[in-house]
Amino acid sequence: MAQILSPLPGTFYRSPSPGQPAYKNDGDSVAVGDVIGLIEVMKSFHEVKSEVAGSNIRFSADNEEPVMAGAPLADLD
Amino acid sequence: MLKKLLVANRGEIAVRVIRAAKDLGIKTVAVHSAADATSLHVLLADEAVNIGPPAAKKSYLNIDAIIEAAKSTGCDSIHPGYGFLAENASFSDAVTASGLIFVGPSGDAIRLMGDKVSARSAAAAAGVPVVPGSAGRVEGIDAARHILIDTGFPVMIKAAAGGGGRGIRIANNLAEFEQAFPQAEAEALAAFGDGGLYMEKVIGKARHIEVQVLADGKNAIHCYERECSLQRRRQKVWEEAPSRALSDELREELCGSAVALAKAVGYSGAGTVEYLYDDEANRFYFIEMNTRIQVEHPVTEAITGIDLVAEMLRIAGGEPLRIRQKDVSVRGHAIEVRINAEDPSKDFAPFPGTVGDLRLPGGPGVRFDSMLYPGYQVPPFYDSLLAKLIVHGETREAAITRLVRALGELKIDGMKTTKPLFLALAADPSVQAGDVHTRWLEGWLNDNAAKLAD
Repeated sequence: MAQILSPLPGTFYRSPSPGQPAYKNDGDSVAVGDVIGLIEVMKSFHEVKSEVAGSNIRFSADNEEPVMAGAPLADLD
Repeated sequence: MLKKLLVANRGEIAVRVIRAAKDLGIKTVAVHSAADATSLHVLLADEAVNIGPPAAKKSYLNIDAIIEAAKSTGCDSIHPGYGFLAENASFSDAVTASGLIFVGPSGDAIRLMGDKVSARSAAAAAGVPVVPGSAGRVEGIDAARHILIDTGFPVMIKAAAGGGGRGIRIANNLAEFEQAFPQAEAEALAAFGDGGLYMEKVIGKARHIEVQVLADGKNAIHCYERECSLQRRRQKVWEEAPSRALSDELREELCGSAVALAKAVGYSGAGTVEYLYDDEANRFYFIEMNTRIQVEHPVTEAITGIDLVAEMLRIAGGEPLRIRQKDVSVRGHAIEVRINAEDPSKDFAPFPGTVGDLRLPGGPGVRFDSMLYPGYQVPPFYDSLLAKLIVHGETREAAITRLVRALGELKIDGMKTTKPLFLALAADPSVQAGDVHTRWLEGWLNDNAAKLAD
């Protein structure tokens, strides 16, 4: 069991742009370096890359949710 | 005169508008998102209304919530500031339709100037030089060859349905053009399902020069120009007035053309007509008109002594324009730099944080427009602009010297800011000589990144 935390404060997005499929869906497996979402900080966008590998990702942060740095974004098995 | 004003914005511009309103004896209502409850504009306004969650889409861009806040607090008017809804024609219409006064132009004027093709036509009709090119879509290569007479080379071929730099080709001579035009047509059809093309002359090294106008729907004046050639990723970072590139004769011609355009479209409020200025050809070309107060308006206030935001409020309140053109004169030189929450040594990475100790610059010729206070937590959800430092001196040289003095006094603990960029720029010979163009700064940044550490 591992957690992916937000590296930055800002707004969390699940997909690269509105209307596009999410980077990861609940239940997907994740490798180290996989992009799992974007954080928008002051109008600039930063990819969130997983630092851990795991399976069965479950997002705890919603699309467009405001998050603080260190806030949990998703859990992995 | 307006009695009670809702300020539909945040940050330094909300503070600026609240100050102008209070100076005129107008009551003020701030709106804020859940992330901005402790923002300075909220603390300074007479009343404040929470209009929604942090995301701008759900708060500062929520037209219904803003108009409802204005009505529930008994406001008679709304000032949009810049950004957010300031150039949203539907917002201007909605404010007016709800019986309130929109401090700015009508929805129709915003629409006319917001569309590139209609703005270009309006400018051309008012006798304002536009970038040579096609008036609209070019139909076929025969028609395109005729347009080359006006544009010369290099020429830009743009997909009518494109945007954000996509679908653009540049031809440097006729041979390249003959090849590129049919290719661009086929590409535009494949990429956008629409083979329509525009053509425009490529202006190589150009300065960005813009003219401030004030108008009341009947009459219009200009408050001279600003030069904003120092830009990074099309964002202005350093603005000044007057421009050292213009002769007095050309200045009058340029500013006169902006007034002609404002009058031709029946403009009301404060607006800015933007131009590219080609130093080598001594020619200026209309780019667009911004139908709002701009970030860099204080440099114009410094050299003319006019309070532009107060004049906007007076005009919106029904007063005819009270300044005559012959009463507008320029004194000295002013420079504004944008202090952003960004780390210039790390490719301008955004730096939201908490302000620690705060020392602000002051003394003669120094103005600091900002929403900062010690302990203020800068939210990550909005623009990175923290403050604008404006200096005014008798000459451009004196203004630069004063800028360095004022930057030396400025201390914002806990934050990375663009202050080191401006200290480095102020020491640069090209900046000191005013020998810059709109793409100069990006090249300079490639060579000088090392100078930008705090």
